Amino acid sequence: MVVSIAFWILAIVGVAAALTVIWLRNVFRASLALILCLLTVAGIYVTLSADFLAAVQVLIYVGGISILIILAIMLTREVQRGSPANKLRIPAFIVAAIFLGVMIFTLVNTPWQVSTLPPLEPTTSALAGKLLGEGGFILAVEIAAALLLAAILGAIVLVREK
Amino acid sequence: MTIGLEHYLILSAILFSIGLYGALTKRNAIVILMCIEIMLNAVNIAMVAFSRFVTPTMLTGQIFAIFIMVVAAAEAAVGLAIIISIYRSRETIESTKIDLMKW
Repeated sequence: MVVSIAFWILAIVGVAAALTVIWLRNVFRASLALILCLLTVAGIYVTLSADFLAAVQVLIYVGGISILIILAIMLTREVQRGSPANKLRIPAFIVAAIFLGVMIFTLVNTPWQVSTLPPLEPTTSALAGKLLGEGGFILAVEIAAALLLAAILGAIVLVREK
Repeated sequence: MTIGLEHYLILSAILFSIGLYGALTKRNAIVILMCIEIMLNAVNIAMVAFSRFVTPTMLTGQIFAIFIMVVAAAEAAVGLAIIISIYRSRETIESTKIDLMKW
């Protein structure tokens, strides 16, 4: 019962925050709404009993990526001009609405094979075993490390003063 | 009324559509990146919901979500660096005016 109340509150606040990101013309306020949306996604992870992912969401998105976005907004100084829509507003709305309708139709009409087992918690040690243990995703973890290193180097090279 | 898999998937679809609309219509490149972050988060919600309701003891969906977060962090860093670099050379980040490679 608590989970369903929490889900409805988080879902409504999250969708409202995502809509605010699109509606607001002020880019800085839109970024603040984006941070609220990311926080509600962390709450959604908690209702799905994914505790480690909720902590990672707060650390990476709310702590890291939002700071990067705000820094980029400050550095580009286009806050006053805002973020007006381009000429594609109506076609884009139609595309998004058709996509949403098809998705909801498919989701409601698919017989999902829902398992009745209780979820695993806490998930941290199980995730560590999957990621780093025998027969897990260790190669993908190494590739992710290389990808992050390449991204950091690329960002430094791109913004360096000539 | 208990919250099931469909509720999470529909929430994910709604957030993805909002992000799709924003990414297609906005002129400011930073707002486009923000909408892409919303779309990635919507996909993550779907992944974790499948992991919770379909395979509750395997956690594969949560591992996919972790890798999506890694790629999203790399994408945000490089994307914002490209935007700042474009702003330095062209004094604008309006996506309709960055048309050097348009035929």
